[in-house]
Amino acid sequence: MTTLLSERGEFSVSAGPEEGLWLDADEAAAATGWSLQPDGLCRGDVCVPAPRGRETEFSTGDKVNLAAFWEHLGMPAAHSRDGDIWALGEGADNRAASLRSLQAPDFSLPDLDGTAHSLSDHRGKKVLLATWASW
Amino acid sequence: MWQDLYNGLQEQDFIIIAVAMDSREDAARPWIEAAAPSYPALIDRDHSLAELYNMVNVPQAVWIDETGRIVRPAENAGAFEAFRSLDFDTMTVPEDKAATAASAKATYVNAVRDWVLSGADSGHTFDDGQARAHTSVPNADIAQAHCHFRLGQYLLRQERAEEGQEHLAEASRLHPASWNIWRQAAAVNDMGLAAGPEFWERVNALGDDYYYPPVDMAGMPK
Repeated sequence: MTTLLSERGEFSVSAGPEEGLWLDADEAAAATGWSLQPDGLCRGDVCVPAPRGRETEFSTGDKVNLAAFWEHLGMPAAHSRDGDIWALGEGADNRAASLRSLQAPDFSLPDLDGTAHSLSDHRGKKVLLATWASW
Repeated sequence: MWQDLYNGLQEQDFIIIAVAMDSREDAARPWIEAAAPSYPALIDRDHSLAELYNMVNVPQAVWIDETGRIVRPAENAGAFEAFRSLDFDTMTVPEDKAATAASAKATYVNAVRDWVLSGADSGHTFDDGQARAHTSVPNADIAQAHCHFRLGQYLLRQERAEEGQEHLAEASRLHPASWNIWRQAAAVNDMGLAAGPEFWERVNALGDDYYYPPVDMAGMPK
């Protein structure tokens, strides 16, 4: 099994043995929100086709190479030496656009008891979102 | 840290959300239990909030209005770098620097209170243009750095320390402006502080640059 760390959390996926990160399209969609469509890899209104002539490096049948798409999209990815753990991040452009929209990005984080809290739980209130650290 | 402020504002439509940038298991717990805040105190072991809001140090804060709109983007939450004037013989900071630090903190806290009580009329919020001008956004290296940081922390939790540290080092290399990333990865002393010789070397290398950039706010000492 391969562990995939994405925006949506931590997922155990059955990646193929090939170079890259080949997943069943269903698993890829559940873990990342990007689904394999006839037009390419899609999220919301955005579809990114594989580069012409290199389609088989990106998808075959119902398998998709997320590593190839991530690189093609210019989005951040990193993996362990053995390739058993992958982190796929959100692209800087999307983050920047989100911040420039001035709509505060939502998040969900645990308190000491493990109870999750979201920013959106407090809509209707002013929020001082303040960081600190023990270090 | 914010409880005194919050105590006076509990009747208002206002909440503080404190988020600890702490990856080490339970490092934040004794602090939170001692402070016992009446507002949410959350733990962000992957520094995902720093990634979302492009934060680089603590304390940083964001002001968000009732509609979920950012009216002050991520910025230093009123800290002043008095520690840079620390006298290592006496382990004290000069009185004038300590006084400036107290003034900076009070100015910031008072501004939050004004904002809670009178909103935009407080004069401390930004309009959209000002808010965007004060917003720092990530580039591709910073996004990649957070990816390595997250993977590195995961590897550390799997007890793959050497490999994990490699990814944290790569994160810091890609995003050198982030004290969050550097200090989280650095060794801590017996007080839990990443404040060894390498920290001071890094601070001294700032030269005339700030560790805590002054907040762009009326009355804030520089």
